[in-house]
Amino acid sequence: MSIDEQTARRVAHLARIAVDDAALPALAAELSAVLGFMEQLREVDVDGVEPMTSVTPMRLPWRDDVVSDGGDAGRILANAPAARDGFFTVPKVVE
Amino acid sequence: MTELASLTIAEARDRLRDGSIGAVELTDACLAAADSARALNAVTAPTPDLARRQAAAAATRLKAGDAPDLCGIPLGIKDLFCVEGTPSQAASRILDGFLPPYESTVTAKLWAAGATCIGKLNMDEFAMGSSNETSAFGPVVSPWRGTGNRDLTPGGSSGGSAAAVAADLVLGATGTDTGGSIRQPAAFTGIVGVKPTYGRVSRWGIVAFASSLDQAGPMAKSVRDAAILLKAMAGHDPKDSTSAALPVPDFEAALTGDLRGRRIGIPREYRVDGMPAEIEALWHQGAEMLRDAGAEIVDISLPHTRHALPAYYVIAPAEASSNLARYDGVRYGRRARIGADEGITALYEKTRAEGFGPEVRRRVMLGTYVLSAGYYDAYYLRAQKVRTLIKRDFETAFAGGIDAILTPATPSAAFGIGEMADADPVEMYLNDVFTVTVNLAGLPGAAVPAGLDAQGLPLGLQVIGRPWDEAGMLDVAYAIEKASGFAAKPQKWW
Repeated sequence: MSIDEQTARRVAHLARIAVDDAALPALAAELSAVLGFMEQLREVDVDGVEPMTSVTPMRLPWRDDVVSDGGDAGRILANAPAARDGFFTVPKVVE
Repeated sequence: MTELASLTIAEARDRLRDGSIGAVELTDACLAAADSARALNAVTAPTPDLARRQAAAAATRLKAGDAPDLCGIPLGIKDLFCVEGTPSQAASRILDGFLPPYESTVTAKLWAAGATCIGKLNMDEFAMGSSNETSAFGPVVSPWRGTGNRDLTPGGSSGGSAAAVAADLVLGATGTDTGGSIRQPAAFTGIVGVKPTYGRVSRWGIVAFASSLDQAGPMAKSVRDAAILLKAMAGHDPKDSTSAALPVPDFEAALTGDLRGRRIGIPREYRVDGMPAEIEALWHQGAEMLRDAGAEIVDISLPHTRHALPAYYVIAPAEASSNLARYDGVRYGRRARIGADEGITALYEKTRAEGFGPEVRRRVMLGTYVLSAGYYDAYYLRAQKVRTLIKRDFETAFAGGIDAILTPATPSAAFGIGEMADADPVEMYLNDVFTVTVNLAGLPGAAVPAGLDAQGLPLGLQVIGRPWDEAGMLDVAYAIEKASGFAAKPQKWW
């Protein structure tokens, strides 16, 4: 499976990573090389094998549905690149 | 005074308790050692104020006779762990300026046990790398020197932790291991590194790379020290839903070096093509050491071994692409500048392009690709099935009466910084060939130094244990440590 420039552009966009058009051929080649390596998985007979969902046989624990934390907006917003009136701020998203 | 920094944790513990050294004096020695070792680039953020506060408190506890094992012991913390109010940025530009408003469970436990924090330690960006060259802070230089006095990598991703322990800047350090990131740097620097069973140590407050594979563990100067540190780091944490509600054994008390009645497996599939003769010889010697300690050595087969690396390089990037989606320039860290006519998508795309280094960008995009519509079944689902088979291989071996497995830790000794610059990414990934299986199967693994190569560089062996049997695994590592008598230290040049 090799990746063309158009697929590389699509993947970069899905991953929300800006890539210059000039860098797309190199990116496509790099991704293709790693995918070529992954192709080895096709040699394995996986008929009837369950995909792993948990590496240790355990049931995920439940806890009571109660508020256990919170009220920390100030401390959380302290790390925000931009915040106002107790909210994160971003560029306008709705026209 | 800096010779105090070369003590082991066990020695320092005993001397702190008998009063022949003081906690403040010991922490000051490590702070001085770390300060004079800037050439190694192992420390990303020194924390002398925190260390001195903790040392003063430890001194009071020692005086009162209330001294857990780690009381007054200076440690280094991989930059992946959140330490409240201290720069914690996973060696990434995208977390520039991030000051965690909370403490990771592991570090909280270490501080509660009286340990002191010398500083945050360098690593590969988001723990993605095997040479520490992907760090936004620049590579760590190993305290060991190669022929021609070249700069060597301490390995990665926990390279700062490995270098700091090997160079006696700290008595021990925390690391994390997703595909070998504790064991490979431990092997490269002649120290002991332990990746516990998945779920043994809480992941809460540790920056996530691949959540189903990540485990934190100790990096230390001896097996005993690793046992002491692991006991303090381990334990159930309700804040990590995958953390196991199991009691934590006294790993140190389990160290006997007497392996009578134990069966050690030697997996034939680990004899990979092109394995250097030195590694093969070391592996053979390791098996002999275990036989001398009373163990029975048994040839075993783990037939899916060679598919572990490709499965890992599907699963780990897939989980990373999901975990790293949170770095978008909105809630923390770095935000890119955008033009007046650009919107939120440009903000995300530019922030992530500027903030992530090339290896992280590559893995996030690979992960995005293998999870994308039309490819999910061919790559991700298939890799998860192969993962089931890899785990089953180990289960079969253990069900057949094998107590632990012995393998080489790495396919070579440490390589030079920049030496792999022109290599294909896959060549760098081959560093993990002996270690990734353990993460995929959720097992405990320990790297223990066992000898030197022809250049005088450390080589390590790996002991793989049964699930939750870190105690038995460490006892095997202890037998190797005792038999090899490994005591080599890097010559100080920094």
